[in-house]
Amino acid sequence: MNVLSKVLVAIIPVVIIAGCSTQDTKMSDAESGVDSQGSMSSASMSQKDNDSAVTSAVSSDSGFSGDALDNPASLLSKRVIYFDFDKSDLDEASREIISAHAAYLTDHPSASVVLEGHADERGTREYNIGLGERRYKAVARMMALQGTSTRQVEGVSYGEERPVAMGNDDSSWRLNRRVEIVYQGR
Amino acid sequence: MKQLRIFAWLLAVMFSVNSAVQAALTIEITQGAEGAMPVAVVPFAWQGAMGEAPLDVAAVIGADLGRSGRFSVLSRSDMLAKPHQADQIRYQNWRLLNVESLVIGTVREAGGSYIVQFQLFDVFRGTQLIGYSIRSSASGMRRTAHQISDLIYEVLQGEPGVFATRIAYVTELRATDDSRRYSIQVADADGYNPKPVLNSSSPLMSPSWSPDGRKLAYVSFETGRPAIYIQELDNGSREKITSFKGVNGAPVWSPDGKRLALVLSKSGSLDIYIMDLASKKLERITRSYAIDTEPVWSPDGSELVFTSDRGGRPQLYRIDLAERQVKRLTFEGKYNARASFSPDGRSLAFVHTEGNFFRIALMDLQTGAIQVLTDTGLDESPSFAPNGSMIIYATESKSGRGVLSAVSIDGRVRQRLALQIGDAREPAWAPHKK
Repeated sequence: MNVLSKVLVAIIPVVIIAGCSTQDTKMSDAESGVDSQGSMSSASMSQKDNDSAVTSAVSSDSGFSGDALDNPASLLSKRVIYFDFDKSDLDEASREIISAHAAYLTDHPSASVVLEGHADERGTREYNIGLGERRYKAVARMMALQGTSTRQVEGVSYGEERPVAMGNDDSSWRLNRRVEIVYQGR
Repeated sequence: MKQLRIFAWLLAVMFSVNSAVQAALTIEITQGAEGAMPVAVVPFAWQGAMGEAPLDVAAVIGADLGRSGRFSVLSRSDMLAKPHQADQIRYQNWRLLNVESLVIGTVREAGGSYIVQFQLFDVFRGTQLIGYSIRSSASGMRRTAHQISDLIYEVLQGEPGVFATRIAYVTELRATDDSRRYSIQVADADGYNPKPVLNSSSPLMSPSWSPDGRKLAYVSFETGRPAIYIQELDNGSREKITSFKGVNGAPVWSPDGKRLALVLSKSGSLDIYIMDLASKKLERITRSYAIDTEPVWSPDGSELVFTSDRGGRPQLYRIDLAERQVKRLTFEGKYNARASFSPDGRSLAFVHTEGNFFRIALMDLQTGAIQVLTDTGLDESPSFAPNGSMIIYATESKSGRGVLSAVSIDGRVRQRLALQIGDAREPAWAPHKK
């Protein structure tokens, strides 16, 4: 955690400088992060082993470097997909986020995710388990269409059993109807 | 006026009993019935070496009868006399108070145990209806009191009482660090003596009683994935029944106790299966791309009613297990789900939307007529009492806590069972113990 925050502090100015170009090239951004991954994964490995490796994870002028998953400006930093009531349809913004994760997973065969499907508190509990399942499967299907191996993607539905927002109003319900993309081993 | 007095009296009873027994649930009658039968339960005499009886048995009986909504219970302060024996009763006193039925009794110390003796009288005829002596222990005296309530209820109402039955439900406690503790509890039907059957830091769901009342099936996420377990209540031993990839949910026992209907998504979407518990063989019952879930057996075991959104929205369907014919049951309202069969098989309780409100409704299966029984907004998980007189369900209090409520099938009597801390949900009323 300490290491991560140090990295973030070091990264944020770099990201802000590079920020203007990320707006219209989200996909290529994610890919560029992925392109340089070969060298980066070794950097992130050494980060785990040795705190002194932190500074080496930030390069001077090519925007973000380090594992693309840690880039706060990348679509990969978005790990929650939201849904309408009793629906599992993906909107355009969700598709972009899922595509970015699918591309990352394709390029990192050792990475894997658990997709956690959730529902809001309205409606019955076991039906909401079904709804959570349908939602994570919609995300998994889209990843598979992008070429992600099914071995890298697992899913579990928690229905309405694990809300993130506790209110019983529209704003809480909106936050609770979601799929969380959870990278394993991170 | 009479209703108010009963309510005040019940409150008094609750406080006096509460101080003696730490209950996690308290009962509050939110609405009483008109035309309830007036009854008086005289405080039982104590015949012991010293002190007082281990329990105010008459108070528990009075609370039971009042809670059913079928009786209005006379306040102790209105009693002109407190007889303990038949020959002390002056019937004209009770007739003056419009009391129709009178209960008197004694708790007697007998060696290491106790004898609870009671008699029920018809005030207008001046005759005894029933009288029993029951051996009891100090710790078992609440149960004895509930059994007496059941005997009185059956004589006066013509159907078995459900005061000595139990309920299972799920609780969730949220700690200040946002960690959560889930448990499945089993308590007396009046909310007393709650005992955890299982504690977990992961969600627990869908407790379902075996027909003999000795086991519970439920869903646990303790491994990070849902799995169905069956647990023996006497010794706590349990068995993992299914843990397939995807959903393992909504277990319900067949009326003969030999099979379990359950929901799996191993073939793609949620479908209903039946497992033979002896051979563990699975039979797939529904095949649709929709969500098929929340199966419930008809009391004769010949069909299942379940929730499906195969028509676009969640509605109730029934499937005949011999012919495999599927028929849609609900058409009124956008959302009809999680049915519970009445013990006589004639009606279904289920979750029904009115506008944006989720309420408990009752459908007559002969006519298809629907009656909405509740007026709150997030009601779910209806479960019939084994005598069919009431339906217990989960709802939310005004402060947003999960609470259990019960409503009579005519919708006129409601009571709430509120946990003192945390949330309670998914109540399942146990069958009469065999």
